[in-house]
Amino acid sequence: MMHIKSNIALSNTGFVFNPTTGDSYTINQVGQEILGYLGEKKSLEEITSLMTSTYDIDPPSFEKYYFDFISMLRQFELLDEEYEN
Amino acid sequence: MRTKITVALTGLNNTDNPGPGVPVIRGIRESDIFEPRILGLAYENLEPGIYMDGVVDKTYQVPYPSEGSDILVNRILEIHKKDPIDVLIPNFDAELYAFMRSEKLLEEAGISTFLPTLEQFEERHKSNLPDFGKKYDLEVPFSKTISRIDEIEKLKEEFEYPLMVKGKFYDAYLAYNEEQVRMHFNKISAKWGVPVIIQEFIKGTEVNVVALGDGEGNTIGAVPMRKQYITDKGKAWSGITLDDQKMLDLTYRIIRAMKWRGGMELELVKSHKNELYIIEINPRIPAWVYLAVGAGQNMPEALVKLALGMEVKPFEDYQVGTMFIRYSYDLITNVKEFEKLSTLGEL
Repeated sequence: MMHIKSNIALSNTGFVFNPTTGDSYTINQVGQEILGYLGEKKSLEEITSLMTSTYDIDPPSFEKYYFDFISMLRQFELLDEEYEN
Repeated sequence: MRTKITVALTGLNNTDNPGPGVPVIRGIRESDIFEPRILGLAYENLEPGIYMDGVVDKTYQVPYPSEGSDILVNRILEIHKKDPIDVLIPNFDAELYAFMRSEKLLEEAGISTFLPTLEQFEERHKSNLPDFGKKYDLEVPFSKTISRIDEIEKLKEEFEYPLMVKGKFYDAYLAYNEEQVRMHFNKISAKWGVPVIIQEFIKGTEVNVVALGDGEGNTIGAVPMRKQYITDKGKAWSGITLDDQKMLDLTYRIIRAMKWRGGMELELVKSHKNELYIIEINPRIPAWVYLAVGAGQNMPEALVKLALGMEVKPFEDYQVGTMFIRYSYDLITNVKEFEKLSTLGEL
Protein backbone atom coordinates (compact mmCIF):
# COMPACT_ATOMS: atom_id res chain seq x y z
CA MET A 1 0.00 0.00 0.00
CA MET A 2 1.39 3.40 -0.93
CA HIS A 3 0.81 6.63 0.89
CA ILE A 4 1.99 10.18 1.13
CA LYS A 5 4.43 10.86 3.97
CA SER A 6 2.51 11.86 7.05
CA ASN A 7 4.28 15.22 7.45
CA ILE A 8 3.50 16.43 3.92
CA ALA A 9 1.14 19.39 3.99
CA LEU A 10 -1.49 19.43 1.27
CA SER A 11 -3.80 22.43 1.06
CA ASN A 12 -7.09 22.54 -0.78
CA THR A 13 -5.58 25.03 -3.24
CA GLY A 14 -3.29 22.26 -4.51
CA PHE A 15 -0.18 23.55 -2.72
CA VAL A 16 2.03 20.71 -1.48
CA PHE A 17 4.80 21.44 1.04
CA ASN A 18 7.47 18.99 2.08
CA PRO A 19 8.75 20.28 5.46
CA THR A 20 11.79 17.97 5.43
CA THR A 21 13.26 19.32 2.21
CA GLY A 22 11.58 22.74 2.12
CA ASP A 23 10.34 22.04 -1.41
CA SER A 24 6.88 23.06 -2.49
CA TYR A 25 4.79 22.13 -5.52
CA THR A 26 1.42 22.93 -6.98
CA ILE A 27 -0.78 20.20 -8.37
CA ASN A 28 -3.95 20.41 -10.42
CA GLN A 29 -7.45 19.23 -9.48
CA VAL A 30 -6.93 15.68 -10.79
CA GLY A 31 -3.65 15.34 -8.89
CA GLN A 32 -5.39 16.57 -5.74
CA GLU A 33 -8.10 13.95 -6.15
CA ILE A 34 -5.53 11.17 -6.51
CA LEU A 35 -3.57 12.41 -3.48
CA GLY A 36 -6.85 12.49 -1.56
CA TYR A 37 -7.52 8.84 -2.46
CA LEU A 38 -3.96 7.89 -1.51
CA GLY A 39 -4.53 9.65 1.81
CA GLU A 40 -7.62 7.48 2.29
CA LYS A 41 -5.38 4.47 1.59
CA LYS A 42 -7.45 3.35 -1.41
CA SER A 43 -6.02 0.60 -3.63
CA LEU A 44 -5.02 1.08 -7.28
CA GLU A 45 -8.14 -0.81 -8.38
CA GLU A 46 -10.37 1.45 -6.30
CA ILE A 47 -8.68 4.62 -7.55
CA THR A 48 -8.86 3.43 -11.18
CA SER A 49 -12.54 2.65 -10.80
CA LEU A 50 -13.29 6.05 -9.21
CA MET A 51 -11.30 8.03 -11.77
CA THR A 52 -12.55 6.20 -14.86
CA SER A 53 -16.13 6.63 -13.69
CA THR A 54 -15.57 10.40 -13.20
CA TYR A 55 -13.46 11.17 -16.25
CA ASP A 56 -13.59 10.11 -19.87
CA ILE A 57 -10.58 7.78 -19.76
CA ASP A 58 -10.12 4.02 -20.08
CA PRO A 59 -8.39 2.04 -17.29
CA PRO A 60 -5.11 1.23 -19.17
CA SER A 61 -4.60 4.91 -20.13
CA PHE A 62 -5.41 6.06 -16.60
CA GLU A 63 -2.94 3.58 -15.08
CA LYS A 64 -0.19 4.78 -17.41
CA TYR A 65 -0.67 8.41 -16.25
CA TYR A 66 -1.16 7.24 -12.68
CA PHE A 67 2.21 5.48 -12.55
CA ASP A 68 3.90 8.51 -14.15
CA PHE A 69 2.40 10.63 -11.39
CA ILE A 70 3.46 8.16 -8.68
CA SER A 71 7.04 8.04 -9.96
CA MET A 72 7.11 11.83 -9.84
CA LEU A 73 5.91 11.75 -6.23
CA ARG A 74 8.66 9.25 -5.44
CA GLN A 75 11.28 11.39 -7.14
CA PHE A 76 10.19 14.37 -5.07
CA GLU A 77 10.39 12.24 -1.90
CA LEU A 78 6.72 12.70 -1.09
CA LEU A 79 5.88 9.02 -0.77
CA ASP A 80 6.43 7.01 2.34
CA GLU A 81 9.48 4.73 2.20
CA GLU A 82 7.25 1.74 2.78
CA TYR A 83 5.84 2.39 -0.67
CA GLU A 84 5.46 -0.77 -2.71
CA ASN A 85 4.29 -1.21 -6.26
CA MET B 1 9.55 45.86 33.73
CA ARG B 2 12.35 45.31 31.26
CA THR B 3 16.02 45.48 32.26
CA LYS B 4 18.04 48.23 30.66
CA ILE B 5 21.22 46.93 29.04
CA THR B 6 23.76 48.20 26.56
CA VAL B 7 24.81 45.78 23.85
CA ALA B 8 27.67 46.54 21.46
CA LEU B 9 28.04 44.57 18.27
CA THR B 10 29.65 44.41 14.87
CA GLY B 11 28.34 43.18 11.52
CA LEU B 12 26.27 46.19 10.44
CA ASN B 13 27.12 45.54 6.79
CA ASN B 14 23.64 44.70 5.57
CA THR B 15 24.87 44.41 2.01
CA ASP B 16 24.58 41.62 -0.60
CA ASN B 17 27.10 39.79 1.60
CA PRO B 18 25.43 40.62 4.89
CA GLY B 19 26.85 40.50 8.37
CA PRO B 20 24.66 39.23 11.22
CA GLY B 21 24.59 42.56 13.12
CA VAL B 22 21.21 43.91 12.01
CA PRO B 23 19.25 40.63 12.48
CA VAL B 24 20.90 40.11 15.87
CA ILE B 25 19.84 43.62 16.88
CA ARG B 26 16.27 42.98 15.69
CA GLY B 27 16.13 39.86 17.87
CA ILE B 28 17.44 41.71 20.93
CA ARG B 29 15.05 44.61 20.36
CA GLU B 30 12.12 42.15 20.36
CA SER B 31 13.06 40.90 23.82
CA ASP B 32 10.39 40.94 26.51
CA ILE B 33 12.92 41.17 29.30
CA PHE B 34 15.52 43.63 27.98
CA GLU B 35 15.26 47.26 27.09
CA PRO B 36 18.42 47.50 25.01
CA ARG B 37 20.57 50.41 24.00
CA ILE B 38 22.50 49.29 20.95
CA LEU B 39 26.01 50.45 20.15
CA GLY B 40 27.03 49.63 16.59
CA LEU B 41 30.71 48.95 16.01
CA ALA B 42 31.54 49.73 12.39
CA TYR B 43 34.65 48.87 10.43
CA GLU B 44 33.53 50.79 7.36
CA ASN B 45 31.64 54.06 7.33
CA LEU B 46 29.18 52.91 4.66
CA GLU B 47 27.81 49.91 6.54
CA PRO B 48 24.03 50.32 6.06
CA GLY B 49 23.14 49.36 9.65
CA ILE B 50 24.72 52.61 10.86
CA TYR B 51 22.14 54.69 9.00
CA MET B 52 19.05 52.47 9.22
CA ASP B 53 16.21 53.73 11.41
CA GLY B 54 15.58 51.94 14.70
CA VAL B 55 18.64 49.72 14.47
CA VAL B 56 21.54 51.29 16.39
CA ASP B 57 21.33 54.03 18.99
CA LYS B 58 24.93 55.07 18.48
CA THR B 59 27.76 53.95 16.22
CA TYR B 60 31.49 53.89 16.88
CA GLN B 61 34.12 53.24 14.29
CA VAL B 62 36.57 50.48 15.20
CA PRO B 63 39.85 49.42 13.58
CA TYR B 64 40.07 46.18 11.58
CA PRO B 65 41.44 43.20 13.53
CA SER B 66 44.21 43.02 10.93
CA GLU B 67 45.63 46.21 12.47
CA GLY B 68 46.28 44.20 15.63
CA SER B 69 44.11 42.53 18.25
CA ASP B 70 45.28 44.90 20.96
CA ILE B 71 44.42 47.97 18.91
CA LEU B 72 40.87 46.67 18.39
CA VAL B 73 40.37 45.66 22.03
CA ASN B 74 41.82 48.95 23.30
CA ARG B 75 39.34 50.82 21.11
CA ILE B 76 36.49 48.79 22.65
CA LEU B 77 37.77 49.62 26.14
CA GLU B 78 38.04 53.29 25.18
CA ILE B 79 34.40 53.26 23.99
CA HIS B 80 33.40 51.40 27.19
CA LYS B 81 34.89 54.16 29.33
CA LYS B 82 32.63 56.83 27.91
CA ASP B 83 29.65 54.64 26.95
CA PRO B 84 29.59 51.58 29.24
CA ILE B 85 28.93 48.27 27.48
CA ASP B 86 27.20 45.37 29.27
CA VAL B 87 27.44 42.77 26.50
CA LEU B 88 29.67 42.57 23.44
CA ILE B 89 28.62 40.38 20.49
CA PRO B 90 31.28 40.00 17.79
CA ASN B 91 29.70 38.86 14.54
CA PHE B 92 32.67 38.16 12.27
CA ASP B 93 34.94 35.11 12.20
CA ALA B 94 37.97 37.31 11.55
CA GLU B 95 37.57 39.37 14.73
CA LEU B 96 36.68 36.49 17.05
CA TYR B 97 40.29 35.58 17.78
CA ALA B 98 40.97 39.05 19.19
CA PHE B 99 37.92 38.94 21.45
CA MET B 100 38.36 35.33 22.59
CA ARG B 101 41.94 36.11 23.58
CA SER B 102 40.81 39.19 25.49
CA GLU B 103 37.70 37.67 27.08
CA LYS B 104 39.13 37.93 30.61
CA LEU B 105 40.34 41.47 30.10
CA LEU B 106 36.92 42.49 28.83
CA GLU B 107 35.18 40.69 31.70
CA GLU B 108 37.38 42.50 34.23
CA ALA B 109 36.39 45.77 32.63
CA GLY B 110 32.70 44.80 33.01
CA ILE B 111 32.01 43.71 29.42
CA SER B 112 30.34 40.30 29.16
CA THR B 113 30.74 38.04 26.14
CA PHE B 114 29.68 34.49 25.35
CA LEU B 115 32.24 33.12 22.93
CA PRO B 116 33.66 29.74 22.00
CA THR B 117 36.98 28.84 23.57
CA LEU B 118 40.15 29.18 21.50
CA GLU B 119 40.37 25.39 21.37
CA GLN B 120 36.81 25.06 20.04
CA PHE B 121 37.45 27.83 17.52
CA GLU B 122 40.60 26.14 16.18
CA GLU B 123 39.18 22.63 16.21
CA ARG B 124 36.29 23.37 13.85
CA HIS B 125 38.43 25.50 11.55
CA LYS B 126 37.96 24.72 7.86
CA SER B 127 41.60 23.69 7.58
CA ASN B 128 41.18 21.23 10.50
CA LEU B 129 37.91 19.72 9.30
CA PRO B 130 39.30 16.25 8.37
CA ASP B 131 40.76 15.80 11.88
CA PHE B 132 37.56 17.15 13.36
CA GLY B 133 35.53 14.57 11.41
CA LYS B 134 37.79 11.77 12.59
CA LYS B 135 37.73 12.87 16.23
CA TYR B 136 33.95 13.07 16.47
CA ASP B 137 33.14 10.38 13.89
CA LEU B 138 31.34 12.78 11.56
CA GLU B 139 31.06 12.81 7.77
CA VAL B 140 33.21 15.58 6.34
CA PRO B 141 34.50 16.05 2.80
CA PHE B 142 38.17 15.26 2.20
CA SER B 143 40.20 18.46 2.28
CA LYS B 144 43.73 19.77 2.54
CA THR B 145 45.39 23.15 2.76
CA ILE B 146 47.79 24.63 0.27
CA SER B 147 50.00 27.68 0.65
CA ARG B 148 51.88 27.78 -2.64
CA ILE B 149 50.64 27.93 -6.20
CA ASP B 150 52.95 25.11 -7.31
CA GLU B 151 50.98 22.74 -5.05
CA ILE B 152 47.96 23.04 -7.34
CA GLU B 153 49.35 20.75 -10.02
CA LYS B 154 49.59 17.84 -7.56
CA LEU B 155 45.96 18.17 -6.44
CA LYS B 156 44.82 15.78 -9.19
CA GLU B 157 46.59 12.96 -7.34
CA GLU B 158 44.23 13.31 -4.37
CA PHE B 159 41.12 15.05 -5.73
CA GLU B 160 38.68 14.64 -8.55
CA TYR B 161 37.44 17.75 -10.32
CA PRO B 162 35.34 19.74 -9.66
CA LEU B 163 36.61 20.73 -6.22
CA MET B 164 36.04 23.60 -3.83
CA VAL B 165 38.61 26.35 -3.24
CA LYS B 166 38.00 28.17 0.05
CA GLY B 167 39.47 31.05 2.02
CA LYS B 168 40.35 30.46 5.66
CA PHE B 169 37.64 32.85 6.82
CA TYR B 170 35.36 33.54 3.86
CA ASP B 171 34.83 32.87 0.17
CA ALA B 172 34.32 29.56 -1.58
CA TYR B 173 34.51 28.79 -5.29
CA LEU B 174 33.90 25.71 -7.35
CA ALA B 175 36.79 24.92 -9.73
CA TYR B 176 36.56 22.54 -12.67
CA ASN B 177 40.25 22.52 -13.61
CA GLU B 178 43.73 23.57 -12.50
CA GLU B 179 43.49 26.92 -14.22
CA GLN B 180 40.37 27.81 -12.25
CA VAL B 181 42.02 26.67 -9.01
CA ARG B 182 44.96 29.01 -9.76
CA MET B 183 42.60 31.90 -10.42
CA HIS B 184 40.65 31.34 -7.18
CA PHE B 185 43.84 30.70 -5.20
CA ASN B 186 45.24 34.09 -6.26
CA LYS B 187 41.98 35.88 -5.53
CA ILE B 188 41.47 34.27 -2.11
CA SER B 189 45.09 34.45 -0.91
CA ALA B 190 45.24 38.16 -1.85
CA LYS B 191 42.15 38.81 0.27
CA TRP B 192 42.44 36.42 3.20
CA GLY B 193 46.03 35.19 3.05
CA VAL B 194 47.17 31.58 3.09
CA PRO B 195 46.53 28.74 3.61
CA VAL B 196 43.82 28.21 1.06
CA ILE B 197 41.60 25.18 1.62
CA ILE B 198 40.96 22.65 -1.11
CA GLN B 199 37.87 20.57 -0.41
CA GLU B 200 36.18 17.63 -2.09
CA PHE B 201 32.96 18.72 -3.79
CA ILE B 202 29.91 16.90 -2.44
CA LYS B 203 26.92 16.88 -4.74
CA GLY B 204 23.60 17.50 -3.05
CA THR B 205 21.40 20.09 -1.42
CA GLU B 206 22.95 22.73 0.79
CA VAL B 207 21.22 23.00 4.14
CA ASN B 208 22.14 24.96 7.27
CA VAL B 209 21.45 25.02 10.98
CA VAL B 210 21.67 28.02 13.29
CA ALA B 211 22.34 26.88 16.84
CA LEU B 212 23.33 28.07 20.27
CA GLY B 213 25.34 26.04 22.78
CA ASP B 214 25.55 26.80 26.50
CA GLY B 215 29.17 25.64 26.87
CA GLU B 216 28.10 22.64 28.99
CA GLY B 217 27.07 20.46 26.07
CA ASN B 218 23.44 21.56 25.95
CA THR B 219 21.80 22.96 22.84
CA ILE B 220 19.79 26.03 23.77
CA GLY B 221 18.33 26.42 20.31
CA ALA B 222 18.64 24.92 16.83
CA VAL B 223 16.73 25.71 13.64
CA PRO B 224 17.43 23.99 10.30
CA MET B 225 16.97 25.90 7.06
CA ARG B 226 17.28 25.41 3.34
CA LYS B 227 18.34 28.25 1.10
CA GLN B 228 15.67 28.78 -1.53
CA TYR B 229 17.36 31.54 -3.47
CA ILE B 230 21.11 31.92 -3.50
CA THR B 231 22.98 35.01 -4.69
CA ASP B 232 26.07 34.88 -6.87
CA LYS B 233 28.06 35.27 -3.65
CA GLY B 234 26.49 32.06 -2.37
CA LYS B 235 24.42 33.91 0.23
CA ALA B 236 20.83 33.07 1.05
CA TRP B 237 18.39 35.63 -0.33
CA SER B 238 15.49 33.49 0.75
CA GLY B 239 15.18 30.46 3.00
CA ILE B 240 12.70 28.22 4.76
CA THR B 241 12.78 26.37 8.09
CA LEU B 242 12.76 22.58 7.83
CA ASP B 243 11.43 19.69 9.84
CA ASP B 244 14.51 17.49 9.76
CA GLN B 245 15.28 15.45 12.86
CA LYS B 246 18.52 14.15 11.34
CA MET B 247 19.90 17.66 11.04
CA LEU B 248 18.84 18.48 14.59
CA ASP B 249 20.34 15.26 15.98
CA LEU B 250 23.63 16.03 14.24
CA THR B 251 23.62 19.53 15.74
CA TYR B 252 22.91 18.21 19.25
CA ARG B 253 25.70 15.66 18.82
CA ILE B 254 28.27 18.26 17.76
CA ILE B 255 27.35 20.71 20.51
CA ARG B 256 27.38 17.93 23.12
CA ALA B 257 30.72 16.54 21.96
CA MET B 258 32.46 19.91 21.68
CA LYS B 259 30.64 21.56 24.61
CA TRP B 260 30.17 24.40 22.17
CA ARG B 261 29.85 27.83 23.72
CA GLY B 262 27.96 30.53 21.82
CA GLY B 263 26.33 30.89 18.43
CA MET B 264 27.08 28.51 15.60
CA GLU B 265 26.12 27.91 12.00
CA LEU B 266 26.42 24.44 10.54
CA GLU B 267 26.79 24.33 6.79
CA LEU B 268 25.80 20.91 5.53
CA VAL B 269 25.28 19.15 2.25
CA LYS B 270 22.58 16.53 2.10
CA SER B 271 23.68 13.97 -0.50
CA HIS B 272 21.26 12.15 -2.77
CA LYS B 273 21.50 9.20 -0.38
CA ASN B 274 20.29 11.52 2.41
CA GLU B 275 23.69 11.54 4.12
CA LEU B 276 24.70 14.75 5.85
CA TYR B 277 28.22 16.06 5.23
CA ILE B 278 29.61 18.88 7.34
CA ILE B 279 31.05 21.47 5.02
CA GLU B 280 31.76 24.19 7.56
CA ILE B 281 31.10 25.09 11.16
CA ASN B 282 30.95 28.84 11.54
CA PRO B 283 31.72 30.01 15.07
CA ARG B 284 29.07 32.70 15.31
CA ILE B 285 25.45 33.49 14.61
CA PRO B 286 24.75 33.68 10.85
CA ALA B 287 23.17 36.60 8.98
CA TRP B 288 19.92 34.62 8.54
CA VAL B 289 19.37 34.27 12.30
CA TYR B 290 16.24 36.42 12.16
CA LEU B 291 14.51 33.47 10.49
CA ALA B 292 15.01 31.55 13.76
CA VAL B 293 13.58 34.52 15.70
CA GLY B 294 10.59 34.55 13.34
CA ALA B 295 10.16 30.80 13.79
CA GLY B 296 10.01 31.13 17.57
CA GLN B 297 13.60 30.87 18.79
CA ASN B 298 15.02 34.26 19.74
CA MET B 299 18.64 33.16 19.83
CA PRO B 300 20.15 36.68 19.97
CA GLU B 301 18.16 37.34 23.16
CA ALA B 302 19.21 33.94 24.56
CA LEU B 303 22.85 34.75 23.74
CA VAL B 304 22.62 38.01 25.71
CA LYS B 305 21.10 36.11 28.65
CA LEU B 306 23.90 33.54 28.55
CA ALA B 307 26.51 36.32 28.42
CA LEU B 308 24.94 37.89 31.51
CA GLY B 309 25.02 34.57 33.35
CA MET B 310 21.24 34.25 33.42
CA GLU B 311 19.50 30.91 33.37
CA VAL B 312 18.39 29.98 29.87
CA LYS B 313 16.02 27.12 29.18
CA PRO B 314 16.43 25.35 25.82
CA PHE B 315 13.87 26.21 23.16
CA GLU B 316 11.56 23.27 22.61
CA ASP B 317 10.03 24.03 19.27
CA TYR B 318 10.01 26.23 16.18
CA GLN B 319 7.59 26.86 13.36
CA VAL B 320 8.36 24.68 10.34
CA GLY B 321 7.76 26.37 6.97
CA THR B 322 8.70 29.87 8.18
CA MET B 323 10.35 31.76 5.33
CA PHE B 324 12.54 34.80 4.96
CA ILE B 325 13.05 36.88 1.87
CA ARG B 326 15.72 39.59 1.83
CA TYR B 327 15.24 42.82 -0.01
CA SER B 328 17.29 45.80 -1.01
CA TYR B 329 16.21 49.30 -0.09
CA ASP B 330 17.63 52.70 -0.93
CA LEU B 331 18.22 54.55 2.29
CA ILE B 332 18.50 58.32 2.05
CA THR B 333 20.79 60.17 4.42
CA ASN B 334 22.67 63.43 4.53
CA VAL B 335 26.40 63.79 3.97
CA LYS B 336 26.56 65.44 7.41
CA GLU B 337 25.93 62.04 9.01
CA PHE B 338 28.64 60.46 6.92
CA GLU B 339 30.95 63.38 7.75
CA LYS B 340 30.39 62.93 11.51
CA LEU B 341 31.30 59.27 11.43
CA SER B 342 34.26 59.82 9.09
CA THR B 343 35.81 62.64 11.09
CA LEU B 344 34.78 61.96 14.70
CA GLY B 345 34.67 58.15 14.53
CA GLU B 346 31.18 58.10 16.03
CA LEU B 347 27.64 58.92 15.08
